[in-house]
Amino acid sequence: MERKEKLKLGFPGAEKAVEVTIPDGEPRPWDLDSKLAVVGTAVPRADGPAKVTGRAKYTYDVNLPGMLYGRILRCPFAHARIRKLDASAAERLPGVKAVVLRMKEGDEPKFQGEEVAALAATTDEIAGDAVRMIKVEWEKLPFVVTLEQAMKPDAPRVHKDRGNVRPAGRPTKRGDVEAGFQDALDSGGAVVEATYTTPVQTHSALETHGHVARWEGDQLTVWASTQATFGVREQLSRHFNLRANQVHVITHYMGGGFGAKFGAGPEGVLCCELARKAGAPVKLMLDRKEEHLAVGNRPSSVQELKLGAKKDGTITAISAKSHGSPGIGRGAGCNNTELFEFPNVDKEELDVAVNAGEARAMRAPGRPQGIFALESIADELAEKLGLDPLEFHQKNDRHAVRLAEYELGAAKIGWERRNKVAGAGAGPRKRGLGMAGSYWPVAGGPPQSAAAVQVVIHKDGSVDVRNGCQDIGTGTRTLMSVVTAEELGLPSSHVTPWLGETTDPVGPASGGSTTAPTLAPAVRAAAWRAKQKLFEVAAKELTCEPGELETADGTIRVQGQPTKALAWKKACGLMEGDQVAATGERVPNFGRPFVEQVGGAQFAEVEVDVETGVIRVLKVVAVHDCGRVVNKLTAESQVVGGVIGGIAFALHEERLLDAHTGHMVNPNLEYYKIAGSLDMPEIVPIMFDVANGHNNVGLRGLGEPTIVPTAAAIANAVHNAIGARVRDLPMTPDRVLQALASAPRREGR
Amino acid sequence: MSDEFPPSAGPIPPGGFTRRRFLQGVGVVLGGAATLPGARAGAAEGGAGTPAVLGPDAVPVRFTLNGKATTVEVEPRVTLLDTLRHRLDLTGAKRVCDRGACGACTVQLDGLPVNSCMVLAVDVEERTVNTIESLAQGDKLHPVQAAFVDHDALQCGFCTPGMVMAVKCCLDRNPKPSVEDVRHAVSGNLCRCGTYPRVFAAALDAARRLGKGG
Repeated sequence: MERKEKLKLGFPGAEKAVEVTIPDGEPRPWDLDSKLAVVGTAVPRADGPAKVTGRAKYTYDVNLPGMLYGRILRCPFAHARIRKLDASAAERLPGVKAVVLRMKEGDEPKFQGEEVAALAATTDEIAGDAVRMIKVEWEKLPFVVTLEQAMKPDAPRVHKDRGNVRPAGRPTKRGDVEAGFQDALDSGGAVVEATYTTPVQTHSALETHGHVARWEGDQLTVWASTQATFGVREQLSRHFNLRANQVHVITHYMGGGFGAKFGAGPEGVLCCELARKAGAPVKLMLDRKEEHLAVGNRPSSVQELKLGAKKDGTITAISAKSHGSPGIGRGAGCNNTELFEFPNVDKEELDVAVNAGEARAMRAPGRPQGIFALESIADELAEKLGLDPLEFHQKNDRHAVRLAEYELGAAKIGWERRNKVAGAGAGPRKRGLGMAGSYWPVAGGPPQSAAAVQVVIHKDGSVDVRNGCQDIGTGTRTLMSVVTAEELGLPSSHVTPWLGETTDPVGPASGGSTTAPTLAPAVRAAAWRAKQKLFEVAAKELTCEPGELETADGTIRVQGQPTKALAWKKACGLMEGDQVAATGERVPNFGRPFVEQVGGAQFAEVEVDVETGVIRVLKVVAVHDCGRVVNKLTAESQVVGGVIGGIAFALHEERLLDAHTGHMVNPNLEYYKIAGSLDMPEIVPIMFDVANGHNNVGLRGLGEPTIVPTAAAIANAVHNAIGARVRDLPMTPDRVLQALASAPRREGR
Repeated sequence: MSDEFPPSAGPIPPGGFTRRRFLQGVGVVLGGAATLPGARAGAAEGGAGTPAVLGPDAVPVRFTLNGKATTVEVEPRVTLLDTLRHRLDLTGAKRVCDRGACGACTVQLDGLPVNSCMVLAVDVEERTVNTIESLAQGDKLHPVQAAFVDHDALQCGFCTPGMVMAVKCCLDRNPKPSVEDVRHAVSGNLCRCGTYPRVFAAALDAARRLGKGG
């Protein structure tokens, strides 16, 4: 039976009373008045000890008796035809137990790294030898790997049935941008135009993609390094025509995904095919080069922006034309018309196909690149208008939480230290400050993400919480423990979390920052329902009604009468059977949350050596919200991690394809540069708690918004330091020096 | 500055340079064999400095692994990392780049941190290897490990065993490191989730804990 509840939502200083309709069987959502003992505190990871001792078994670590090692033969060229394919010598090599051909003579792989064949052998070394013995006669075909090559009218086609350029999404047209720009100029304001570019970035999770597959009759067990255990199950059961419960996917631990690991992929299917053919378990993990080439990347972008604002800073119009390359895949659009109010918008984006591995969702797809361009041009426009960027944000941003975050972040970094005139500091190492806002729209929960969670309270007092999803490193196990413990009045260490097996109830894919907001409310519902069952047992002993009871401090007690209590273990011992168990489902979000989007604001301080062009990030203050913070420690870790990812995107990372050979020239971790310890600034993570009230916990996701504004904040800080604008990522020293050389010289500099 | 790899850290160990690229290129298919100076050469040939011919088939390697005398049969081209992971089921050290760029496979070899993907198993003959598995005593974590957990110096955890070993090796030789020392000690260890600042905090805290006797 539905019921209505009045909640106090928002954050201190911006409280709002909201009435929500709660479905039957759901606890009252936590709001600003809720007194919480575990939720919101800093709880070390439940699986920390397993990870620091090396005992945590990742897919890469699974060793089964009789297990074979798989390897894939990949196309070495950007585009080629297979004239002859002969695996007989490889098949004859002692130790080789199965060979599977994915392509045949006449086929035309479209990128360097496309899967041609796979084999399995008794040792990794024999598999490596054997894969080199597969004989392929290649006919090299014309290819395109750069945007320029691909966009020429007579360019070789990446896909035979269509041209290389096509819309990346539906264009957005709102109002009249030309009138808007005119309006800006007429009011004494300004219009600025500039082009920003971002490179292709690869996910570069430390654990590569891979699987271990074992067949027992028609029952398939697969260990997968995946962000979606149930997605892998679905793909494999469809491919092999099996029922869902004939495929058991296990992901107890996985070494990072960042958006590239949602399905089994060709490599997972090949692994299962090899295992079936060989009649033995097979482990097939990609190597680092394969990881860069074939299993996902963030598409590049070239964004031509035009932004106008009135004299007082009010934005009148934006025009955003962009194109970028998702390789042979789709989705090079970028989100460059968000954050601010835009009365007039004209936005178009194009995908440009090239002969390279497909793009996949990567941590906040579309946003780090879009926000880099948008916040850069906003900074340029503010400067032209003589406005402080902070003031410009306050003028054009309507997001209540983000506005509060701007204020907090500015105070924390000492925004008043920012150069009033860009480049005004003393050289040769010049300092500057910059800022940018963040945005993330996805809420979690149905209809996009489903979850059911089981909570079991045992007669001896121990507690299990179970779901079949994976933990990609955010701390999902710990989140499950914390929420259960809060509901049951126990310390989180008392609750044992179980995840990563599809034999447990369904859980979300870890994408879109939806794992925590999808799962946590189902955890709470399950714990709350199990608790009601235990209350019935305890009520008899305490001679009261079950409805009068509450849990706190390891006891079950009558509300308002703390002395009328049973210790947790004693209460559990009174149950008739061995356990009480309950399942909680994730119900759709109720009504409207306090804020519709997750915000976030970052402030960066940099030092730029104008003689060498080297940028050092000195400090990043990152203020982020995710509704209710469940675990302060792991939430702050997400923020720190997002900032570091953003620093690498801003300064280091770029997939380099040779225009002449079509080869990736840096498919490794020494020339494909991710951030290292020596690149670290001081990072100050600040969680901004908001009671959101749209589900029983009130949380949103956090993983993605944390990486969105970093590159933009750094780029703006660089401009503030040196008075020259770097509009291309990564901001390498040569680009900094180029920007300095072409910047108009100011008086007195 | 850090005192990583000081020249005075000890005698240059036998086979102290890496021939991995050469050896790996010489696969069994090509019928390659390898030569090896040092301790094994003496044992095999009876003459100091005379290179022994090893492989291409598996040869026994005797070494001290996590305090125990260990013998394992491996082809001379197999790395220490793959020997640990594939032959000895010690999977704490991770294979990430397989070319010495990321530090995820860090183990302690005669007291020094090394990338075990850059050391051939045959090169650890008569030497001492300690892996991440040797640190905790049952459920009792080593102070470095405990500090990593408390400071949340890990996320997905795949770089973590290598990070822990790099920090442990640093503290072994520099019990009171500065944050700059720690930065340099883990500068060969890559983390993609983004845990470095927490690793620094954990390392400094671990140094304090060890200073107080754990």
